[in-house]
Formats: sequence, C-alpha cells, structure tokens
Amino acid sequence: MMETWWLALTFRLGYNTSLVTVGTMLLGAGAGMIGTFVLLRKRSLISDAVSHATLPGLALAFIIVGLIQGDGRWLPALLAGAALSAAFGLWAVQVISERTRLGEDAAIGAVLSTFFAFGVVLITVIQSMSVAGQAGLTGYLVGATAGMLAAEAQLIALCALGVLLAIVVMRRDFLLVCFDADFARTQGVATGRVDLAMLMLLMVVVVIGLKVTGLILIVALTIIPPVTARFWTDRPMRMVALAALLGALAGYLGVTLSSVTEGLPTGPLIVLAAFALFFVSMLFSSQRGVLAALLAYQRFRRRVHLRQGLLALARDEPIFDNLTLKILRRQGYLRRDGVPTLPGRAAARDAEHEERLWALYREREPEDALQQEHSGLTPIAEVLSPDAIMALEAELPPTAEVRG
Amino acid sequence: MTQAPPISEEVAKSPLAIHGLTVSYAHHPVVHSVDFVTPPGSLTAIVGPNGAGKSTLLKAVLGITRRLTGEVRVFGEPVEAMSRHVAYVPQRSSVDWDFPATVIDVVTMGLFRDLHWWQLTRRHHRQRALESLSRVGMEAFADRQIGQLSGGQQQRVFLARALTQQAELTILDEPFAGVDAATEKAIVEVLKQLKREGRTLLCVHHDLATVRDYFDHVLLLNVRRIAAGPVDEVFTERNLQATYGGRLSAVQLARLLEPADVAHAGSGR
Repeated sequence: MMETWWLALTFRLGYNTSLVTVGTMLLGAGAGMIGTFVLLRKRSLISDAVSHATLPGLALAFIIVGLIQGDGRWLPALLAGAALSAAFGLWAVQVISERTRLGEDAAIGAVLSTFFAFGVVLITVIQSMSVAGQAGLTGYLVGATAGMLAAEAQLIALCALGVLLAIVVMRRDFLLVCFDADFARTQGVATGRVDLAMLMLLMVVVVIGLKVTGLILIVALTIIPPVTARFWTDRPMRMVALAALLGALAGYLGVTLSSVTEGLPTGPLIVLAAFALFFVSMLFSSQRGVLAALLAYQRFRRRVHLRQGLLALARDEPIFDNLTLKILRRQGYLRRDGVPTLPGRAAARDAEHEERLWALYREREPEDALQQEHSGLTPIAEVLSPDAIMALEAELPPTAEVRG
Repeated sequence: MTQAPPISEEVAKSPLAIHGLTVSYAHHPVVHSVDFVTPPGSLTAIVGPNGAGKSTLLKAVLGITRRLTGEVRVFGEPVEAMSRHVAYVPQRSSVDWDFPATVIDVVTMGLFRDLHWWQLTRRHHRQRALESLSRVGMEAFADRQIGQLSGGQQQRVFLARALTQQAELTILDEPFAGVDAATEKAIVEVLKQLKREGRTLLCVHHDLATVRDYFDHVLLLNVRRIAAGPVDEVFTERNLQATYGGRLSAVQLARLLEPADVAHAGSGR
C-alpha cells in the first residue's frame, strides 16, 4: 500500500498515472487561483451553480455522441456540452438577479437545483438506452481518474495551463475589480468584462475538473485552498500564489492516494487532502491560527499582569491577584514572603518611569499615541526615536506623585 | 455622427466641463441638466443637502454611474479618452477593509495604468507609492494591514492612492466624513498644496462652516445647479436658502456668512 503510494508520489507508476497527476496538479493550481479572486469578489457560491449546471449538457452530449457512434464516452464532446450548459446556467443566474428582486444567492439556488434535476432525469434516460459506457457517467459525479486516457489527461493539463496563463495576465484587473470596482472603472477597466472573464475561467476550471473531482466536489477545490491561503498571508497576490500551491498540493496528494488501490474515488480524496491542509493551517497559522491567537492572548495577559504588578510594587500597593503574584515570583521580582527583590525594585522603577513617559506622550500627542499598537504596553523605545524620548524625559515632572 | 459643435475656449482649457448632465434612477432624475465648467487650478466644493445628487454627479462624471444625457469633457476631450488625467478618492465606506491587503498594496493600485501585465511591481514603483504615503503622513504604516487602520487613516490611504496617479484633476467624495480633526487638517493641507502646484480639485463637501476656509470655488447643487462661481460671490444667503429650500436657520446663516466668525463656527448641519 504505502509502497504503491510512494511510487505514485515519485511519478514511477507509469506514464498515464504521472500524466494524470500533473494534470490534476495544474487543475488544482488553476482552481486555487481563480477561486481566490472569486472569493475576494464575494461570489464563491457561483461556482456551485456552475458545476451543477454542467450536468444536463454533459448528459445531452453523451446521448448525441452515443447515438452517432454507439459509445457516448468522448471527453472533448462531453466537456463542450458541459461548458455550454454551464454558460447557460450562468446566464440564467445573471438574468434572474438583474431583472428581478431576487438576490444572487437565491438565483444560484434556483438555477443550481433545476439544472441538476434536469441532468439527473437525462441520466436516468441514458441508463435505459442501448449505448455503451453508461456506467462511466457516474464518474463525473464524484470523479474517477483510474483508466483515464493519456489524451484526456493531456487535454485537462493543457486547459489548466491556459487558465493559469490567463489569470497571470489579468491578475491586476481582477485584483482592482475585487477590491474597489468603482475605482477600477475610473482606471478605464471594463468591470463587466473583467467579471465575465473571471466567470469564464471559473467555468473552464469546473468543466475540466468534472472528470477528476466530479461536479459535486469541484466547488471544494475552488474554495478551500483560497480560504487556507488566507490563514498565511495578508497580501492579495501572495494569497493567490499560495492558493495555487495548496490546490496543486491537494491534487497531488489526492490523485496519488487514489491510485493506490483500484476503485478509490479521486474527488473525495482530493477534497479530503485540501481539508487536511485547511485544518492544519487553521490550527497552526502564525497570524490567524487558533493556537497563535491563544498564545498571543496568554502573552498579552501576562504582560498586563506583570505591568500592573510592577506598578503596584513601585507605588507600595498590596497585590492580591494570584496570577500577578505568580508571574512576579517567577520573574524573580518577588520573594516567597511577598517582599520585592532588588531586581524587582529596579524593574518596578522602570515600569513606573515607562508609564509616566506614556502618560506624557498621550497628553502631548494624543493622535499619535492612539495609533500605536497596545498603546502603553509596548516599550516606548519601540515606538519613539531616542531623541523624542529624551525630549519627553526632559519634560517629566521631577516627583513621582503626579497622578490621582 | 453629426459634426461636433465648436468648443469654447473656456471648455477647452477646463480640466472638467460638464454640459447638460442628467442622471436618473428609474424615471426619477437625481441630477438634472447640470452645466458646470471647473476653472483650471481651482479648489471647488460641491455643496447641497442630502439627496441633492452630489455623489451621483461625481460618479456620472467618472463613468461609474450611467449618464442619461449630457457631455463631460476634460481639457476639451471626451472624459472617456482622458480618464488618465482624472484621479478619484471614493468614500471610505465603499470598500471592504477586511480585504487581504496592506497599505502599500492599496496605494500601489494607483499605478495600475503604468504597469503592464508582464511587469512586476518594482522598487521604484514602491518608492512612488511611499512618496504619496509620506505626503499624507502615513509612510510608517506602509506594511500595516488595512483592516487595522482608523477611519482617518483609511481616508489618508485613499488620498495617497490618488496622489500616485499624479493626475491633473482629482475628484473627492466627502473626504472629511467621519475623520478625526488631525486627518481633516492633513487632508486640507494636501489639497491646498496640490492647488499650489496648479492642479484642480473637485470635492463633495458637507460641512458648510468650513467652505470659506478650505475652498475658493463652490457649486451649489440640489438636483439642479443653483449657483456656481468663486466662494465670495456665490456663497450668499440667497443662494444657500435656494439650495437648502429655506431649511437653514437665520443663526446658521449669519454664522456662515461672517468670515470673521468662521473659525469658531460649529458644524453647519
């Protein structure tokens, strides 16, 4: 088992499997990139409408090809049919949300279910027809890369590559429209056309993903990698690049896993791999992760306690809070019997001095002081230049008894 | 196409000449047949009550909202061909500040027209963006996530983005709405500086009390053009009453019209 997976991971499981792996990785990258822009445009759900709207076209193409040559399985025709009906579905969403009072989400819901229902009816019809390859159709629901022809894998890889290039060319237009469409228009960007291009690229990704992840799960590949990328960066183009990497990685892991044993479904494995990456990111991201947030909160809490404790020492006030006492003791600022140590006294003096500097700074430059993070808890030397601190110190009143 | 009518010299020289501009939302005109020729190098306020069509006028000029009728010319040419010379500072609330971008990312968007798709954003682009940021006093915030900014800082970032375009005409939509006093002062300073450089500014403004202090020209608007021209000539009791439909009290007016008192006057709403 593990050995087979290792062979697949290192591209040694035959030409076809390697080709499929590369094609899936390109698909994952394309899905991650276009998915990021669609997410930032706040239209993630539209990929759900696109994918479900492919089914009737797919089935109709199968019927037509089947009637002509006796076997309906001819990928180029199936994808063309899927693309046509997806485009029709997108158009329907557009018309409904523009011409009626329904929002885009309601329009998506209506179109998605209607198209899917029609597709399911057509598939039932196909089951009763006397054409070959009916069983292969279910592969388009959950994805099946086993037994994929080299020509099919090449078609998928080429289309994915085309999508990647188109996104690179249009990245700044996409970004501008996503962040501030009005401003984009003043820059001479035809926002309507950019939105259309975005949807068309999304459609291509969905259509070529049909054979790999299946139409129900392709949505996951356009949403999960971008959301995962968001955990790791605050910058737009990095988010796009990261989502591409994560999408490719999910595709790589999923498709190689599925080649381990006959009959493992590709789509679910890719989505599970994408989710695993998401889960790890959610826990361990250094900026927005759950653990990082917990740690940052604990650190901040300790700093507040330490500062309050030191100030209390400096002012000879009693300390009752157990955590404060514990932190002071652990720092070596306080003896077991509650008497401050020498370093403790020094630290308390420093804290008091710091506090007075901050108070003075806040009084003199309220605007600037507000702009500094953790106002009053960050060492003032990190916020102000040495000369500015000297100037403040010169202004400090000599006695400590200033505050009420 | 018919022969284009001859353009007067005033229109040919104006950074923004509007003629017969009408914008309507479903048979209801919100801006009706407005003519206005912006004098070159002026700092003009567009003033009027809520719902007077001030922002709509700007958006129609910029091509964001569709015009029903009318012509907009920049230095005598149709605005569509001249949009490179026009910078826009939208209202702060028009974007999602949770967007994954830092301050420098947003300001660099002002360079959109100078960057082709095969180009990367290089050091000299970043330098240009940083210069704009320092003009609004925000250079220290270049790498800050935009969601962490205060309202005033967000407004300054939008102004910096417009500055990087180095446009002849800058159009601002309520740049002082909901910003702190220090930011208001900083923005006014930048606007006056741009004016001294010979650039033209057009600004929707809601605070009547500061019109005399900040601006040299004014367009009084309430769906239709009520009056326009230099502040000293146009910013009069009669015109203001006409614009606000008699809704301004005598006390408010007295305060607005006595220049000596302006510095101490409160908000004019």
